[in-house]
Amino acid sequence: MKITLNNRVDELDVNQPTISIEELLALKSFTYKMLFVKHNGVVIKTEDYPVTNVAEGDNVEVIHLMTGG
Amino acid sequence: MPTFDDIKSILSHYTVGIAGAGGLGSNVAQALVRSGVGRLIIADFDVVSESNLNRQFYFADQLGRYKVEALKENLLRIRPSAAIDIHNICLTEQNIPLIFPTVDVMVEAFDVAEMKRVLIELFASTFPAIPLVVGNGMAGWGNSNSMAVREMGNLYLCGDGVSEVSVNLPPIAPRVGICASQQANVVVSLLLSKYFGNENNP
Repeated sequence: MKITLNNRVDELDVNQPTISIEELLALKSFTYKMLFVKHNGVVIKTEDYPVTNVAEGDNVEVIHLMTGG
Repeated sequence: MPTFDDIKSILSHYTVGIAGAGGLGSNVAQALVRSGVGRLIIADFDVVSESNLNRQFYFADQLGRYKVEALKENLLRIRPSAAIDIHNICLTEQNIPLIFPTVDVMVEAFDVAEMKRVLIELFASTFPAIPLVVGNGMAGWGNSNSMAVREMGNLYLCGDGVSEVSVNLPPIAPRVGICASQQANVVVSLLLSKYFGNENNP
């Protein structure tokens, strides 16, 4: 499955037509404690990561948030 | 091209929300009041402490005072006609929508990353039409050119996106000031773009 992840085309090694945000974060080893996710331009609530599906051609942005202010 | 009087008169019609009155919030507020923004809604629960004075817009004779009260006093010394609505409260997912529903632009100025995420997710779902300007990554010193503004639809991320505050990478006035000024600059340019177009992009 080919998606755009953080502005780069990424070929995901999966055998299913869709993958949840939760699975995608694990697959791509995003281990930051605090991050937020935009899927096709929409911010996804953390609680919806398991039920939001990413499909071929989708655009996903994962942004690390850090303490300081 | 507009004069500063034109700019001030336009900005006087707008309301900007600021969540947090620390290094980012207090300095964003200062810049916006000087620029002529009509009304600020500012919320924070903290008091001014000695360690804040390395970067926050407070003074030594204000130690121990509630930040929002001290900040309002300082802002009114700059421009007595500014409308400064303060909320001495710990912001939560529950009370944020009650405090900031009327703002034209929202500024995220929390220190804790968890709260940055709460605000980003909350505004995306509850107030998707209100631009949100976030500070993300401003610890330490140097690397001036790594500080930038990243536009993601209605969400603007200011800072370097990598420098997390820690004991050995403290927040210090210059870089915190750069980040706060980038946030204020985005706010001003968003508000003025309605009149002067997007020639000066955020």
